[in-house]
Amino acid sequence: MAMRCCYFRRLRVADVIEITSGPIDPDGLRKKLFDPAAGAYCSFEGWIRNENEGQAVLRLEYEAYEPLAVTEGQKILAEATDRFSCSHAHCRHRTGLLEIGECAVWVGVSAPHRDEAFQACRYIIDQLKVRLPIWKKEHYVDGHSGWVNCERCAEHAEAS
Amino acid sequence: MKTITVRYFAMFREHAGVDEETLTLDAATAADVFSATRERHGSAEPDGHCKVAINDVMADWDSPVSDGDEVLLFPPVAGG
Repeated sequence: MAMRCCYFRRLRVADVIEITSGPIDPDGLRKKLFDPAAGAYCSFEGWIRNENEGQAVLRLEYEAYEPLAVTEGQKILAEATDRFSCSHAHCRHRTGLLEIGECAVWVGVSAPHRDEAFQACRYIIDQLKVRLPIWKKEHYVDGHSGWVNCERCAEHAEAS
Repeated sequence: MKTITVRYFAMFREHAGVDEETLTLDAATAADVFSATRERHGSAEPDGHCKVAINDVMADWDSPVSDGDEVLLFPPVAGG
C-alpha cells in the first residue's frame, strides 16, 4: 500500500520550478502540493513594493536566463526536499514588467509537519535569490532606472 | 588564440550594447574572458559578485575555456 502511494505521488506531481511571463495564481499552484502524507503547507509570495532604499518605485522589470534558472532551481528544490523531508516543493518566478502589488515569485512546500514546511520554504526562497540567474531593474517614479544589487548601478542610472 | 562566444545579461548587456559577440582571445580561464570583455567595454565590475557559466553549465572563474566555448557572463543576481 505504501509503495502504491509513493508511485501514485510521483506520477501526479513533480517538484518543479517554472519561469513565466504570465501572472502567478497562488491558489491554483497550492493545489499541486496536496498529498495524503502532508499535514502542513507553507508558501511565500514576493510582491512588488513601491519603494527601495528611499526611492519611489514605479514598476520592476525581471530578466531571467531560463535554461540555467530552471536547472539551478531544480537543484534547490531537490536540496530542500532532501534536507527537510518535504512531500513536494514548487516555485514559480515572473519575468517582464511587473506593477506594484504583483506577485513576482511564489514558493510552496508541503510536508508531514510544519517545522519542515517552514524551513524548506525559507531555504528555497533564500537560495533562489542568490543562485538563480535572474535580474531585476527598478524603474523609479522620477524617470530613471537601475539594476538591483549591482554595485555600480547608481552610477549607471546616473549615466543613462 | 581561441574563438569564444560571449553572452551578456542584464547590466552587462547594456554596457556591451550587444546580446553576444564572438571574440578571438588568448584566454586560459573564464576569468581571462571576463577581464578581456571588461577592457573591451570599459566596465569595471569585480569578479566576486558576478557568476559565469560555460556552455550552459555553471562554472568558476578559474574554470578552463576551450576553443569554441560559449561563456555566459552574469552580473550580480537579484531574483525574488
